[in-house]
Amino acid sequence: MIEISHVDKWYGPTFQALKDCTTSVAKGEVVVVCGPSGSGKSTLIKCVNALEPFQGGDIILDGIKVNDPRTDLPKLRARVGMVFQHFELFPHLKIIENLCLAQEKVLGRSHDEAVAKAEKLLDRVGLKEHARKYPAELSGGQQQRVAIARALAMDPIAMLFDEPTSALDPEMISEVLDVMVDLAREGMTMMVVTHEMGFARKVAHRVIFMDRGEIVEDALKEDFFGSPRSDRAQKFLSKILAH
Amino acid sequence: MSYNWNWSIFFEPAPGGTGTYFDMLLRGLWLTIQTGVCAWIIALAFGSVIGVLRTLPSKTAYWIGFAYVEFFRNMPLLVQLFLWFFVLPELLPRSWGLWLKQIPDAPFYTAAIGIGLFMSARVAVQLAAGIASLPRGQKQAATALGLTTFQAYRYILLPIAFRIIMPPLTSEFLNTIKNTAVAITIGLIELTGQARSMQEFSFQVFEAFTAATVMYLLINIVVVVGMRFLERSLAIPGYITGK
Repeated sequence: MIEISHVDKWYGPTFQALKDCTTSVAKGEVVVVCGPSGSGKSTLIKCVNALEPFQGGDIILDGIKVNDPRTDLPKLRARVGMVFQHFELFPHLKIIENLCLAQEKVLGRSHDEAVAKAEKLLDRVGLKEHARKYPAELSGGQQQRVAIARALAMDPIAMLFDEPTSALDPEMISEVLDVMVDLAREGMTMMVVTHEMGFARKVAHRVIFMDRGEIVEDALKEDFFGSPRSDRAQKFLSKILAH
Repeated sequence: MSYNWNWSIFFEPAPGGTGTYFDMLLRGLWLTIQTGVCAWIIALAFGSVIGVLRTLPSKTAYWIGFAYVEFFRNMPLLVQLFLWFFVLPELLPRSWGLWLKQIPDAPFYTAAIGIGLFMSARVAVQLAAGIASLPRGQKQAATALGLTTFQAYRYILLPIAFRIIMPPLTSEFLNTIKNTAVAITIGLIELTGQARSMQEFSFQVFEAFTAATVMYLLINIVVVVGMRFLERSLAIPGYITGK
């Protein structure tokens, strides 16, 4: 589904954010990407739907080359859901409008169709009664669940999560993770940048560990948590699992 | 100083047989309103386009925006009006120049366009700042949903940015109206022009300019109240200016 091969990315002429990154996510697979901050994990996931340009290598998404200048990027992006660290709901639109906008403007669905889809998804994430509110009137956890519903409204073939729980208060993390776990169990293809190792243990198939722009470890979940091969991954795990 | 106050001067017939001095001032007021509103529409339209250009990733777009803004904001308004009114017709091919000089109401059009373009540079800078103040994730979220750049601006970035810059835009609207007084120098007999004629005919300089001052004050109060109302009705619950 997602093929990442030998991707290099520079910020400016000197700083290399991604170094020869190669990995893949198969259909229905859940891959967790972790690593210290500044390791390039968010950058990598943003390259997948071309939110960030990259200079070397290829990314192929469902058979379509992301870095081909002839690719219709808006059309391709519409097929991949993305959830951001800071939710990024559109503050001037009601919750229901947040879910309907792209359905109507990008997919060309009728308003009624879009509303029906939006209400079904809001119900699914347990926020149906908040449909007429504005994002700022919801808690962080609620906003992030809306953001997930907004991405799902596009009927994506895969979902990208960029640290979806990092900006949340601890008591709100589980409500978001619950939604993600359900999604994973339904067979959604997911690439998740997160430090939630509990989530990784529960639903991930594979775990990728990144450090300084490189993919240091790309292993099955059992292997990663059992005995990570690299020193750096071991150190990282011991730090975040110590508490 | 011996000055002969005469507040009833307003009801005395003005020379020229077109009503009282008060009617004269009212005609000036109406022309000020017309010029100010036309200039403001031009300022908003051009300012919006140029403001957006200054925020696009394209270098060309940025430079066009930069050149436009620096051209219109670095020359005194008075000089710009002279350029449009006296210099431009001479620079054009002879027949065009003649045609331009013969347009009826040339001072009105020159003032509306000249002041409009001058103010558009200021609107552009404010709008660009408003757009730049939005979290980067807003554009990314819109892009990730498959919206094109045009759609992202149309549905997400501009509606939020305009709400943010509403207070400074109010000031710019007021400045536009006040700047119409400069058009007296190219022969536009707007409110200040009529007050000056009244002074020349009647020698009641204080009454004439007191009345003009009150009239400017009244238009601007209407604008301030109107913009405040607009601001409130567009406020987003829980977000920045919202309550």
